[in-house]
Amino acid sequence: MPLLPWTIYLTFAGALLAYLAGRQSPGAARAVALATALAGWGVALAAAAGFTPAAALVDLVNCPWIPQLGIRYHLAADGISMTLVVLTGLAATAGILFSWNIDERAGEFFALYLALIGGVYGVFLSADVFLFFVFYEIAIVPKYFLIAKWGSTNREYGAMKLVLYSFAGSALVLAGVLWAHAAAAAGGSGAGAGVTTFSLAELARAAAHFTPAQQAGMFALVFTGFAVLAGLFPFHTWAPTGHVAAPTGASMLLAGVVMKLGAYGCLRVGIGLFPAGLEFFQPVLVALALTGIVYAGLVALVQEDLKFVIGYSSVSHMGFVMLGLAVASPRAVSGAVLQMFSHGVIAGLLFAVVGRMIYERTHTRQLAALRALPLFRLLPFAAVAFVLAGLASMGMPGFSGFPAELAILVGAWRYSPLVTLAAVVGVLVAAAFTLRAVQLSFFGNTGAADGKEWKRHPAACQTSRFAQNEKRRDAASTLDTAPTSDAAASAAAPPLPPITWPEKAGALLLLAATLFAGLRPGFLFHWINTALESPLFQAALKGGAL
Amino acid sequence: MHPLFAIICGTPAPAGATATAAIPGLTLAAGAGAGAYAELLRALAPEAALVIGALLVLGFDLFAGKRATRGSRASMAVCIGIAALAGAAWLTACAGPSGFALQRALDIDKLAVGARLGAYALTALTLLLLPGSSRQRHPAEYTAIILFATTGFSLMAAANNLLLGFLSIELASLSLYILTGFDKTRPDSAEAGLKYFLFGGTAAAFMLFGFSLLYGLAGAIDLTSLGFMLRDNFSPLIPVALVLVLVGFGFKVAAVPFHLWAPDAYQGAPASAAALVASASKLAGFAFFLRLLWPGLHRLAGDATALPLAAGWMPVVAVLSLGSLFVGNLGALAQTNVRRLLAYSAIAHAGVMLLGIIAAGEAGVGPLFYYAATYGLATVGAFGVVSLIERDAPCQNLADLAGLWRRSPLLALTLFVFVLSLAGVPPLAGFFGKFAVFAAVLKLNGLGGPAGWLALLAIAFSAVALYYYLAILKQALVASPPKDAKRLPLPALPALSLALCAALLLFLGVFPSLILSRF
Repeated sequence: MPLLPWTIYLTFAGALLAYLAGRQSPGAARAVALATALAGWGVALAAAAGFTPAAALVDLVNCPWIPQLGIRYHLAADGISMTLVVLTGLAATAGILFSWNIDERAGEFFALYLALIGGVYGVFLSADVFLFFVFYEIAIVPKYFLIAKWGSTNREYGAMKLVLYSFAGSALVLAGVLWAHAAAAAGGSGAGAGVTTFSLAELARAAAHFTPAQQAGMFALVFTGFAVLAGLFPFHTWAPTGHVAAPTGASMLLAGVVMKLGAYGCLRVGIGLFPAGLEFFQPVLVALALTGIVYAGLVALVQEDLKFVIGYSSVSHMGFVMLGLAVASPRAVSGAVLQMFSHGVIAGLLFAVVGRMIYERTHTRQLAALRALPLFRLLPFAAVAFVLAGLASMGMPGFSGFPAELAILVGAWRYSPLVTLAAVVGVLVAAAFTLRAVQLSFFGNTGAADGKEWKRHPAACQTSRFAQNEKRRDAASTLDTAPTSDAAASAAAPPLPPITWPEKAGALLLLAATLFAGLRPGFLFHWINTALESPLFQAALKGGAL
Repeated sequence: MHPLFAIICGTPAPAGATATAAIPGLTLAAGAGAGAYAELLRALAPEAALVIGALLVLGFDLFAGKRATRGSRASMAVCIGIAALAGAAWLTACAGPSGFALQRALDIDKLAVGARLGAYALTALTLLLLPGSSRQRHPAEYTAIILFATTGFSLMAAANNLLLGFLSIELASLSLYILTGFDKTRPDSAEAGLKYFLFGGTAAAFMLFGFSLLYGLAGAIDLTSLGFMLRDNFSPLIPVALVLVLVGFGFKVAAVPFHLWAPDAYQGAPASAAALVASASKLAGFAFFLRLLWPGLHRLAGDATALPLAAGWMPVVAVLSLGSLFVGNLGALAQTNVRRLLAYSAIAHAGVMLLGIIAAGEAGVGPLFYYAATYGLATVGAFGVVSLIERDAPCQNLADLAGLWRRSPLLALTLFVFVLSLAGVPPLAGFFGKFAVFAAVLKLNGLGGPAGWLALLAIAFSAVALYYYLAILKQALVASPPKDAKRLPLPALPALSLALCAALLLFLGVFPSLILSRF
């Protein structure tokens, strides 16, 4: 446990080392990055092994930093942060395994990648809002470069959009936090002497004395700001474009942990500090979360680009997280936290299969073009991984998505049965778009049929032309037969490059994690529920006992 | 009320000051004995060191530089200049905040010491950029004028007297006009110098008129007495005087609507001159006007923290800030020229610093000083990178930065730090500067009045600003280099300067208390 801050320090040190190693050779940078990620994850797991859940944030480091503004260097952890720190280590490791093919400027890639991870660890461990915000912003900027330099489709647009959305969100958060700080320093109404502080616990105490209007205003700023990064409905548009543009490792991180930063901020800062504000905006938030679940699911249902399907499914699944937070009963919130973990793992795996295993080999992500290929035979490992991840994503029992979404739905029932019913529609839509994606991508052509049927479909012709163009642009194409040729459509297509060991290792790691959380949900639920009993959340969560 | 101002404002002016109502600086020479000269020497020792340094630079170049190459002349001039700056800094630091000097013509308080040291440091970092530049034909003269300008900054930082303040601003400004137009090989430079000079001359005339009105109303020119004498004065001339003074102020810090010179001057001037205009000059200007507005005219401040506004200079400063935030940030979005972009970003930053002026009455000068000093570091760095690229190829358009990561990794890395600091990304100093200023403004009255709303607006604009800052970094770090691009040679001293700037930005960003605790 006391070692937990070393996740942050090791990762930042590793970023520097990776940059230096990258000047020697890409392989050295990769090795340093993997070693760093493993070390960080190892520290997190070691801390988790010795972790006894407590109903409070357990201090790791707490010393004065900028006394003029009452800012402390205060790191602390509870069951929620523990869950997410473990997830971060896992996602970082898997992401690096799936970035093994990055050769161009590898040192810089892994340095930025690890800087992002370091910021994410920091956010999950901060107990001082200023520190939280510093780490939060450190995690934003590397994303721009990761996507703009190493990304694919429309990358500069996607990168700029993502970073501007994130930064605009963080500007809202900054405004809300500074306002709360100023109000706390002014003493609120009847709070006695004002306190100059950014500490989560002290701000929460001071915020109890703010007027409801103040709380509502601060909540609106902070929650909206964080919700942008969590992909809440009207602010989600950065997510699909950003995910699609990002290189595989970065989209795994984006979906895996960065969106969780937003949700975690909503919970820890927004709900934790301003419970009265949550009460005021609850109906709006529930409605937005539900809209997000269903709307993003429906959009995913009609996407032609496989990565966009996954991108929108991410938004839909994050809608469940936001729903759990907005409903704010202990059961729903614990479900939301588990859903953060679950989605981090599953979305990571889906992006890995689509972005790395399929796209890097076939150079197309168009469903119509993929349909033509007997992918199931060409890439059996990818097919199995994708089917399992799809099942997990649909909420199949045995995988982590099931207990998480179940807890959210049950928690929402108390708020209103109608909400649960609407969310169940979302679950059905999720099953539909996942099955469609699995079917069209891997099982569209089993190699048994003559493989020409797809050509009659007008959309398929269009998209295969698109795929061809894209291929022409990509000089390093490995698939030398165009999808329009009959050879590609037949079972006798040339074999694609086999799945490499880093990919297999990464996929197995992620599968193991989702199975573990799905088969032993009580393990993580125990951590999360104990943390939710902390006084920090008592004002917000009054939906009764678990 | 911050103790600094409480001391200054709370002390009633002694009877002598009002009775003689004379100009202290002038009476000194007539009626003073040896003691007064000793005091003069003590108070102005740093400035003396700078002037001696400047003369030495010229003298050495005249006698020893005849046979030397241009490169070694530049190195020699820079070395003497750095030595003079170090000497001045040492003298300033040793004397410490010693209080009023020369019948309150100078107020050597913490702010003065801080601003002097900051200006010396920024000037030294700028000077280090010079060696190895092939464009620089007269390095000794250039260095000497930089030192004269620094003498002006140094006096501005401590001036507690309208006349001394005006003279020091003019000394600094005249030097800067020359530096701006120094590059005789480019017509741009001459144009920039002329524009800067014409704007500056007009603004100085306005300001001088304002000062003379203040003198006429108060019968005193030292700022301490000025505040005391004007406390019950409701003359209609006071608003006129305030506005005239603020014109000069707005020009000096490039606030809207007195900003028009900035893009042209930054574009045409030699990069190191632009760096000086944007960094040390701004820091010293803020120090002087902080002293003029808060201890001097604090009774005329009015109120911009709540509605209805109370008339005074504070609402005017708030309007200047609003305009600067809008014009600076939106103007920068449209720029394709990297220097003009930096100029508009400077205007936007001036908007935030004006908010710091509003907050300084309650929060003290710490946040504003931190902001101005770290902004100066980032700007010197950014112009330093521009000046180093310029040695090989023109560096005007954003596209001229393309592929910098390949042409020179160190330049790209340091530019990354400078630009992100300007954008306000933690853990760099630019972030904490903004944070501290906004926190100070919001503590005045929360979101209950125009000042709080301005802070909110400035926070919102920081997201807009990221767009144009990333546009610079996109070229430098993401875009591929042009086909004929060569590796940029990197002379040692300029590289040292850039590395120092970047390291300081990171260090001060992580440990802002090192500066904040001094005020």
